[in-house]
Amino acid sequence: LAPWVPVVGLEIHAQISSNSKLFSGSQVQFAAPPNSLVSFFDASLPGTLPVLNRRCVEAAVMTGLALNCSINKKSLFDRKHYFYADLPTGYQITQQRVPIAVNGSLSYSLCMDNKMSQMVTKTVRIKQIQLEQDSGKSLHDDARRQTLVDLNRAGVGLMEVVMEPDMCCGEEAAAAVRELQLILQTLGSSQAVMAEGQLRVDANVSVHHPGEPYGVRTEVKNINSIRFLAKAIDYEIQRQIEELENGGTILNETRAFDSRLGCTVPMRDKEGKQDYRFMPEPNLPPLILYDAKSLPANMNHEQVINIDWIRERLPDLPSVKREKLVEQYGILPEHSFTLLNEDGLADFFENVVEQTQMKPKKVIGWILKDLLSYLKQHSLSVKESPVSSLLLADLLNLLEKKVISSTAAKQVLAELWKGEGKTPLEIVKEQKLQLLQDQKELEQICQAVIDGQENE
Amino acid sequence: QVSAALKEGHVTPTELCQRCLALIKSTKVLNAYITIAEESALKQAEASEERYKRGQPLGVLDGIPIAVKDNFNTAGIETTCASNMLRGYISPYNATVVQKLLDQGAVLLGKTNLDEFAMGSGSTDGVFGPVRNPWSYSRQYKEKSVPKSHSEDKESNWVITGGSSGGSAAAVSSFTCFAALGSDTGGSTRNPAAHCGVVGLKPTYGLISRHGLIPLVNSMDVPGILTRCVDDAAVVLGSLAGHDPKDSTTIQDDFKPFELPDLTDVSKLSIGIPKEYHAPGLSSEILALWSKAADLFQNAGAKVVEVSLPHTRYSIVCYHVLCTAEVASNMARFDGLEYGHRSDVSESTESMYAATRREGFNDVVRGRILSGNYFLLKQNYEKYFVKAQKVRRLIVNDFMKVFRSGVDVLLTPTTLSDAAPYVEFIKEDNRTRSAQDDILTQAANMAGLPAINVPTALSERGLPVGLQFIGRSFQEQQLLTVAKWFEKQIQFPMIQLEEIKRHDHGVLQDQKSTSFS
Repeated sequence: LAPWVPVVGLEIHAQISSNSKLFSGSQVQFAAPPNSLVSFFDASLPGTLPVLNRRCVEAAVMTGLALNCSINKKSLFDRKHYFYADLPTGYQITQQRVPIAVNGSLSYSLCMDNKMSQMVTKTVRIKQIQLEQDSGKSLHDDARRQTLVDLNRAGVGLMEVVMEPDMCCGEEAAAAVRELQLILQTLGSSQAVMAEGQLRVDANVSVHHPGEPYGVRTEVKNINSIRFLAKAIDYEIQRQIEELENGGTILNETRAFDSRLGCTVPMRDKEGKQDYRFMPEPNLPPLILYDAKSLPANMNHEQVINIDWIRERLPDLPSVKREKLVEQYGILPEHSFTLLNEDGLADFFENVVEQTQMKPKKVIGWILKDLLSYLKQHSLSVKESPVSSLLLADLLNLLEKKVISSTAAKQVLAELWKGEGKTPLEIVKEQKLQLLQDQKELEQICQAVIDGQENE
Repeated sequence: QVSAALKEGHVTPTELCQRCLALIKSTKVLNAYITIAEESALKQAEASEERYKRGQPLGVLDGIPIAVKDNFNTAGIETTCASNMLRGYISPYNATVVQKLLDQGAVLLGKTNLDEFAMGSGSTDGVFGPVRNPWSYSRQYKEKSVPKSHSEDKESNWVITGGSSGGSAAAVSSFTCFAALGSDTGGSTRNPAAHCGVVGLKPTYGLISRHGLIPLVNSMDVPGILTRCVDDAAVVLGSLAGHDPKDSTTIQDDFKPFELPDLTDVSKLSIGIPKEYHAPGLSSEILALWSKAADLFQNAGAKVVEVSLPHTRYSIVCYHVLCTAEVASNMARFDGLEYGHRSDVSESTESMYAATRREGFNDVVRGRILSGNYFLLKQNYEKYFVKAQKVRRLIVNDFMKVFRSGVDVLLTPTTLSDAAPYVEFIKEDNRTRSAQDDILTQAANMAGLPAINVPTALSERGLPVGLQFIGRSFQEQQLLTVAKWFEKQIQFPMIQLEEIKRHDHGVLQDQKSTSFS
């Protein structure tokens, strides 16, 4: 049987973290009462006009720079027309002709064969990043044969990040999205929490034989977590292979991932061949960005965005942070991945290292094995840890100073998890876990044991 | 004049307001108003009176009764666009231009009639019926009109106002208000101004905010100003122009209101006469008037030159493509879901949309939506929309070239003829009429240039005919200065409204003060 080459591309919508929406002043907030965050413009009241939110543009520029894109100094806005209950104006304002950023790349790492010690780095090309409006939400109430529309989300700013079909499986896609998520969170341009709809991923999947042209692709939607992303893609790849091997064909269609059944199904309201009748958005002039060279001398700083100024203020990206952790603390690369993968864990680790004499190479074990596994067991985030970095540092100091053995330390830690407010030293004293340091005393005990033995 | 009268206490704002309201009632047959905001107008007048008593009027416009075309949002007052789609729609906000006028103390009498969604050149295609030109009832027209038979109802040969801002033009022309807002996308302010014998100003695109103006073509619409004299237009312009953060297409530059000088020496002026504006169908009367006007300037020492705008003949077709495309897009929001008319049909969202839009829009609107969507289809976009955009640039370049060659202002006719009788006008459909009537005004919208209609003379039928001046971008001061000079030279006659409509002779005498500045 000839081998199959799966091809995976991604379209990712990241909600911009901003106080107000992309073109209007209404607030951006998750889970507010329905239709409480809707301005006249969001409701499409006739006569209202869009006004571009500066913060959203900055977020897109930051993201573009972090993804090694060229930032287009002039980009344009367009209207994409279709009718749907959650789209009040009958069109979405997006950037179809000239988006704000193009031609970037994202590097991500995978463990080969599930062995953390063998990490491989891959790259996916970023085709473009465009600014566009989010739609509202519609809930279909089949029982009462009605549709409920909530426009709170209508008009919220989105960055659509398009990843070229450089990936080959669910694992790669998941790793790429995870890395993008970390980058967005580091930049602060999006909180990128999938569960809250701040990061939505659609996958384009196709298969072909090596040397032949790409196969027909399907679009997979309705993926609510990174774990499901990998599952959905792998399922779809398998489905397509089986279909083709059985002599069938793949339709260019949109499919939804059913997380319960673990499979993809054709979407009920298939759009078919939609003609979006793209047209330039006449109420928004071209978006002009400047850099240090092109910035006119007497330009009002408030009125313009300077790409170089933003570039200079970019925080360390995850990949840089990992390198620094490895270099500074002598930990292994795979350790740095885990540290950054858990929100707050890297900071926790650094705090402990600061407050203890134990070497970082030894501290990392306690962090990654003992602390992390406990948190995972009880589904707690690092923030919610009953054991603070100070407490752990105290404990590790006792261990370093040989006041207790490592077995005893684990016992103390178990006690600390109870979160009863006792310090490590208190627990040690309570449970009499101190190591005896006095040579003479030790000799006496040993002698007593030997004597006892002889007596039997 | 009336502003001075208010200041000196010869007349109070409430008296003025009441007289206007009374006149509106007695001229009901014109159908110029859709909504009369009597209560709020009187309240505004009272507030203005208080300010005058304290000697603290807000400005020249304080207490001045005005009317606003019904496609501008007015908070708390119905805004219908003369369409079933927005019947009963009470907007929660004021358009920026409305707010500015109110902030200056103007008294908003009501919303004026128009073609549905401003699509048309007659103000005949709105759901509230056509607007009648006040000149239909003037002695000047009646004297010249020959009834076809004795039994013929004198009322039946009333003439149209032109459009689409016919209601606003009629309101100003019949003295029911001192200034009115219209909108101008292809000539919708200048056309009715010409037919009703009033000043109609189309400002440069980007000078006045469109926030709150329900759009027809976003890239060409501007709020228009209708007044009885050029000085008044300058005053209203001064209160409206300037950057609005809510409208990203307004320019950022500071705008300084200006007073128009009384020009005496026109020798430094260069007037351009574009030969292409001698359009097919131009009446010989208007052609003669145009020629006379050119001579007037020349005899006064100005340089009058013939110029060419070679792409003029493509502007109507180009406009048709771009206008319908934007209309298709702008009308997409009318789905009955959030506001406006909603059909009872509710089997599915799609069927509700379809029924709502069929019930809410008239044929003209629906026709433009269908055309526009056709041009925006992927396979047609390059052929039509992009091509039209390119032709638009050529039209713009024509103007730029002419202005660069030293011409200050262009002089052209505004309309092809005087106002047609309604029964004649409706013999052709809206699309045909619009294509014919927009031909002289439309290119200025393509190029975003300022243009003004100045009432010039009466036709053989006793109806007003105007001439148009087109100026350079943002050079309203120059444009209006020239217009004012011209206005002074020609002394356009005042309308003599007949007994039939006059409710009170005394009322009318005061109303006849032509200006408020």
